[in-house]
Amino acid sequence: MAYMKRSPWIIHYDGSSCNGCDIEVLACLTPLYDVERFGIINTGNPKHADIFVVTGSVNEQNRQVIRNIYDQMPEPKVVAALGICACSGGVFRECYNVEGGMDQVIPVDVYIPGCPVRPEQIIDGVVRALGVLEEKRARMAAGENAEVTA
Amino acid sequence: MNVLYAIAFLVLAPLLGGLIAGIDRKLTARMQGRVGPPVLQPFYDVGKLLEKEHAIVAISQNFFVLAYLVFIAFSGAIFFAGGDLLLVVFALTLAHVLLVLGAFAATSPYSFIGAERELIQLMAYEPMVVLAAAGFYIATGSFSVSEIAAFPRPLIVLLPGIFVGLFYVLTMKLRKSPFDIATSHHAHQEIVKGVTTEFSGSTLGMVEVAHWYETVFLLGLFWLFFAWSPVIAVIAVAILYLAEIFIDNATARVKWGFALRSIWAVTLVLSALNLFALQFFGGL
Amino acid sequence: MDILLFLLLAPLIAAVLLFALPNHPVRDWLVRIAAVVIAGASVYLLATAFDKGTQLVTFPTEPAGQVMTGLAVVIALYIIAMGAKYRKLIPIVLALVQTGLLLWFELGYAPGMHAEHNLFVDEFSIVMALIIGIIGSAICVYAVPYMRTFHEQHPEVADHRRAFFFVLFVFLSAMFGIVFSNNLAWLFFFWEVTTLCSFVLIGYSKTTEAIDNSFLALVLNLVGGIGFVGALLWLGMTQGTIELDRLVGAGAAVALVPATLISFAGLTKSAQLPFSSWLLGAMVAPTPVSALLHSSTMVKAGVYAIVKFAPVLSGTLPGIFVGLVGGVTFLAASAIAVTQSNAKRVLAYSTVANLGLVVACAGIGTYEAVWAAILLIIFHAVAKSLLFMGVGSVEHQVHSRDIEDMAGLVTRMPRVGVMMLIGMAGMYLAPLGMLISKWATLRAFIDAPGGIIFLLLIAFGSAVTVFFWAKWMGIIIVRPNHAEMIEDRVPWDELSVLGLVAFLVVAASLLFPWVSKVLLEPYVFEIYGKVAELGQDNVIIMLLMMGAVIVLPLSLLYFRSGRHRLDPYMSGRPTTADMHFSGSLGIQREMGLHNYYMDDWFGEQRTFRAGVVVTVLLIVLMFAGLFVAGGLA
Repeated sequence: MAYMKRSPWIIHYDGSSCNGCDIEVLACLTPLYDVERFGIINTGNPKHADIFVVTGSVNEQNRQVIRNIYDQMPEPKVVAALGICACSGGVFRECYNVEGGMDQVIPVDVYIPGCPVRPEQIIDGVVRALGVLEEKRARMAAGENAEVTA
Repeated sequence: MNVLYAIAFLVLAPLLGGLIAGIDRKLTARMQGRVGPPVLQPFYDVGKLLEKEHAIVAISQNFFVLAYLVFIAFSGAIFFAGGDLLLVVFALTLAHVLLVLGAFAATSPYSFIGAERELIQLMAYEPMVVLAAAGFYIATGSFSVSEIAAFPRPLIVLLPGIFVGLFYVLTMKLRKSPFDIATSHHAHQEIVKGVTTEFSGSTLGMVEVAHWYETVFLLGLFWLFFAWSPVIAVIAVAILYLAEIFIDNATARVKWGFALRSIWAVTLVLSALNLFALQFFGGL
Repeated sequence: MDILLFLLLAPLIAAVLLFALPNHPVRDWLVRIAAVVIAGASVYLLATAFDKGTQLVTFPTEPAGQVMTGLAVVIALYIIAMGAKYRKLIPIVLALVQTGLLLWFELGYAPGMHAEHNLFVDEFSIVMALIIGIIGSAICVYAVPYMRTFHEQHPEVADHRRAFFFVLFVFLSAMFGIVFSNNLAWLFFFWEVTTLCSFVLIGYSKTTEAIDNSFLALVLNLVGGIGFVGALLWLGMTQGTIELDRLVGAGAAVALVPATLISFAGLTKSAQLPFSSWLLGAMVAPTPVSALLHSSTMVKAGVYAIVKFAPVLSGTLPGIFVGLVGGVTFLAASAIAVTQSNAKRVLAYSTVANLGLVVACAGIGTYEAVWAAILLIIFHAVAKSLLFMGVGSVEHQVHSRDIEDMAGLVTRMPRVGVMMLIGMAGMYLAPLGMLISKWATLRAFIDAPGGIIFLLLIAFGSAVTVFFWAKWMGIIIVRPNHAEMIEDRVPWDELSVLGLVAFLVVAASLLFPWVSKVLLEPYVFEIYGKVAELGQDNVIIMLLMMGAVIVLPLSLLYFRSGRHRLDPYMSGRPTTADMHFSGSLGIQREMGLHNYYMDDWFGEQRTFRAGVVVTVLLIVLMFAGLFVAGGLA
């Protein structure tokens, strides 16, 4: 019974992105890409979400928020870092106020670099995330701790 | 009272309701020029929700949501068993109050606002539903659903005002735009997720299943207007639901004040005219 | 029927004994013993009289009647003295007018009118006696710890607890008098005693506000009393009988004028618009007074009288207008209740609204309507007394009557909180009592001629009712994390009375098919020759729902374990355990949850004014209806 893969609901958080990646996330919802084909819904609510799609880099202002949203998502859950900033900090990596990629704060399961990421990449990344999600579900169903990152 | 029908409802309504929700999403996508999810998507969603961990904000919220599901199913079962329409309406009110209490119990600002708005919805549509039950009684002389369904003449002719009023309210009951002020479906967002903000996993799954039950019950209620001819009834109910999908896609959400005011005005004018005319002409 | 006399006199004897005793545990125990005896006697009445239909009792008129006239004059003198003391002119004038009219009746007509049966008991009286005997006594027991705490917390109020308990028990006796009197002059006497008791108790704390409100209650009830004396005088001048059973039996042609006048008196006593302000003012009184007089019993005297005359009012113009006053009151008071955050005022407006429903049923006066009216009276009395006592207990611990301050009551005072939830559910939710009554009321309205207007009033009114109860319930079950458990400070006897009445709310809902069969159906059948009842299917549905409601909380045991506890969603802002979150610029802010009050929709003043205009017009039409074709529609 693996419904997990067929109904991935996402929550999208813009850490400190320039909005480039975020526009592409929204593009995925439009008729051209229509991610709802795969049952993907942008819920906007961590309690309903399975995949945490996060853009931008980590800084002092948003690290607590990222952690809080992640903590509020029920298991199994995966994190997809969208765009090069979320992956590593990107061109802002060396800035005095930037601490780096999302993996500084929460365990990231899928890295999807790009500046900005293309919708095709996003969809590909989310599909990869589904594999991790399913793995975690199976592990959770077997009574193990899903928290361990793949 | 027919217990078999009640059992059939309890078993089949989730299947039918889920299917209707799936078709709804597919049609919505097509209206927006998208491909849309598979028709069985709502079942995948609920299946997924059941696979998630049991996460809660407050222990009592699960109790309230479970009770909500039980009483929604219960009121539908009374309805399809041919029971008393007023009791159906009351059981439905109880169910929705329980959902609201579940949202209150979570003690979160967003579910709190959702709960208040759900209560405003309840206050908005309740008069119309009660008056519809009264309209059926005045037209057929009975509150019993089985007797109303067995009424030999088309009720839509006797109760046009009630019918239109109820249709106006149906948008709110189905959580569709422009009246989805407390929470809504698919990817729509409303002050986070309104009533359901703090529900997750199987708790949210119960809310979904309850909504399927309610959809089937509501369509059954509209069936009564056409019950004299089952063929026409099926077509009419299908057209009604299609119209709701269209309205959902063609309108934007309104403020709660407008929702309440307009629903009350429609209820008052249409049902009063209809009921007075019905009593005056003695049911033709 | 010695039991009737016992019920009349036992509270009186208890009252005198209590007056003689100082503040001492002995007096507390005397209150408890008296309460048990009175409650037991009312149950005994049920056991012995339920299957006997209407029983009229011969009781020597003359000495008792003279004593009552004498006492009525004493009451009037007391009112005049109080009026003089506090420089209130209107009550003096009203008392003079009323006593003058009464003396005119007593001296001019009463000697010629021989009432054969002065007392009676029928199924409706038994129901009322049970309410007074059980709920009334329970509230007296509750008053013992309540008043002790009240005086500890309000040292500025002089301690008149002797007089307080004296008046409470006199009041119980007067209530029994009202429901057992077949002689209208007697009924009027007891009616005036309740007015006086109410006056004394509202002014208990002797603050300016309390005094003003007590005089307001007095004035409005005296106005109603004048209507009542008018009925007596009219009977004296034209009919020569003042026996209730004969008048009701005689029908509209004979009894419509007194029925209308007494209904007018009933409207004032049951605080219908435009007279509702006294009941709201009465909320300054200590909470047991609100519970006893102003929700579960005294205001019930008003609707009792109207329901008693329902067969006369049925199908007449005055009857329809009386009913409409009730219907409009139901809608307006429910709407105002939405805007109130003071718990006692919400309860008061809800009382006014529910009595409005009873009045509407009585004004319609068909057999179904009367059945529905009595059901409403029963369930309202039980649930509302529970709520008032609950609010009283909460107020003493939380030191506020504001609903918003009751946030998290289920964590801070779990038992009281749950009992209040039961009481509120009992006020509006299926499958508990009020919903059964509302079901009956809706049916009665639809079947009545012209019932569609009533139908519209109740449809909108009850939707509003759902709103204000549900949001209050919501506040109670909200769980603030910093809540401190404070229930252990509630005295044990307060808690046990609350528990008893909460049990009664559930029991009444479970037993109602039986109550309906044994008491209400015979009563309705005796008057109308027809029976209203809930079909067997519906009883089964109700019981199934009841079963589900009782079983479902067990699921909490299952949900208690193996759950991952998450924080509430605060837009990703980190929160602390006591519901603070970090706002912008690193400032810690506290999260606050507050209800909607919709003041710009149902603002108290605006709605009240509109309601007054409409109901005054309806009351004028009610009296005008008497002159249209003899009042027969």
